[in-house]
Amino acid sequence: MDLLLHLCVVIAIYAIFALSLNVEVGYTGLFNFGHVAFFGIGAYTSALLTLAGIPFIWSLPAALFMAGLCGFLLSIPALKLQGDYFGIATLGFGEILRMIVNNEVWLTKGPMGLPGIPRPELFGIVFDSLPRYLVLSSGFALLTFSILAFVVLSPFGRALKAVRDDETAAEILGKNAYRFKIKSFAIGSVFAGLAGVLWAHYTTFIGPGDFTLTETILVLLIVVMGGKGTFLGPVAGAVVLIVFQESVRFLRLPPEWTRLLGPLQQMIFGLLLVVLMVFRPEGIIREKGAKR
Amino acid sequence: MIEIRNVTKAFGGTRAVSDCSISLDGLAISGLIGPNGSGKTTLFNLITGLLKPDSGEIRFLGNRIDGRLPHEMAALGLIRTFQLSRVFPRMTVLDNMLLAPQDQTGESFLSLWTRLPRIRKEESENRERAVELLDLLGLTRLHDQFAENLSYGQQKLLELGRALMAKPKMILLDEPTAGINPTLIRTMIEMILAMRERGQTFFIIEHNMDVVIEVCEKVFVLDHGEKIAEGRPEEIQKDPRVIEAYLGL
Repeated sequence: MDLLLHLCVVIAIYAIFALSLNVEVGYTGLFNFGHVAFFGIGAYTSALLTLAGIPFIWSLPAALFMAGLCGFLLSIPALKLQGDYFGIATLGFGEILRMIVNNEVWLTKGPMGLPGIPRPELFGIVFDSLPRYLVLSSGFALLTFSILAFVVLSPFGRALKAVRDDETAAEILGKNAYRFKIKSFAIGSVFAGLAGVLWAHYTTFIGPGDFTLTETILVLLIVVMGGKGTFLGPVAGAVVLIVFQESVRFLRLPPEWTRLLGPLQQMIFGLLLVVLMVFRPEGIIREKGAKR
Repeated sequence: MIEIRNVTKAFGGTRAVSDCSISLDGLAISGLIGPNGSGKTTLFNLITGLLKPDSGEIRFLGNRIDGRLPHEMAALGLIRTFQLSRVFPRMTVLDNMLLAPQDQTGESFLSLWTRLPRIRKEESENRERAVELLDLLGLTRLHDQFAENLSYGQQKLLELGRALMAKPKMILLDEPTAGINPTLIRTMIEMILAMRERGQTFFIIEHNMDVVIEVCEKVFVLDHGEKIAEGRPEEIQKDPRVIEAYLGL
């Protein structure tokens, strides 16, 4: 039972993380390979503030603000670059951030990580048990889903899609592509920060090892497998991939096999991706308007 | 309306547009013709801000526009289409149309949270207009399809419809009838003439002389980046310099 609840919490957090990336990748065509950085900024900001005694109700908005601000500041120079070059810039940023967390020991305790992050408290309720945390994280997931669905279905979201499809044509129609991309990136960063906050207060321990390129790849996989540019896709992708990832961990295998578990998981991931790309490249959920 | 004065643009050693002057004052539909590689599309790119002229100036309604960014042109009322249609492939036909109107309140992220009623009102007005135009273009049946599922000719019609949705003062059409079937050419011409009746002005690059004669009041001829003739289409056809440029005699 606890395992199931744990699974649901992780799915909710990764759904938020994937939904945030989908705004950038799926709707704006920005391949961000450093998305985990904003997850990390959210996690560390809220963790450090609550460890310093600041209540969650203040650390949460502070963390979202920090993640959004960093996204905004990074995107100003990075979005001057096109396509692949932009991807590499974000990849670099992700690595730089991990280095900072690793080395600025006075702030982040470096590789030791931050243990004992308090459970969040909102309106007098402490979310300390699994069921309660599930309520909190799925509530935030639902909120994220509604907000982002509203945004991408609005005229603003339509302009993002136009920039994704053909930047020059969008410019000719009077849309300032650069500005739309910055906004999209900042919005994505804020919600990645939210996922990071929920992660930090759930595991109660974070360290630089939680925010590696592997995490970015996992969340990119969730978005692409689920169906980028659809608003249910990232949720479906999160369910499938997290259930798979977490359940492999609990398989009852003979002891001599357990050392093979990690590599096995990676191999099956890879295989799954190849199969999906061959048979259904648009992902689990298909965009509306595709061929009847 | 558009005033081009002594504009020159060179790529390396080649002068794509050379000391070219064109005035579109008081013309509802003007044409731009010339053999392949004569600089017609380059001139369009210069007018719409995709390229910057090396020298000379371009004015639109009296304001200097050369060297401005493409997205500023639409706000001034200048919209173009492309020789190879550039619809938004992964957006529906209707969304392609709804994207085009200028100054949409709902395109500001902040307004989404504060001015929703106004956004709804704008959307429904734009939708009404889009439905009407799609009907004229014969694309109503395809409104919920991705634009990439349309035939090439239908995409060109959609691009014209999209340009009209922006309510520009001037539309530049880059070979609107190239590569599409005669029925759709008819639809295209009817649409252009119908919009002229409503006061829309056009500047059209076109190779098909029948189309040019039917719609254009005045034609400008480019060859090797230079304007070699201008006048009424019937006169232009007889002009020896034009015949020489086209046939290489």
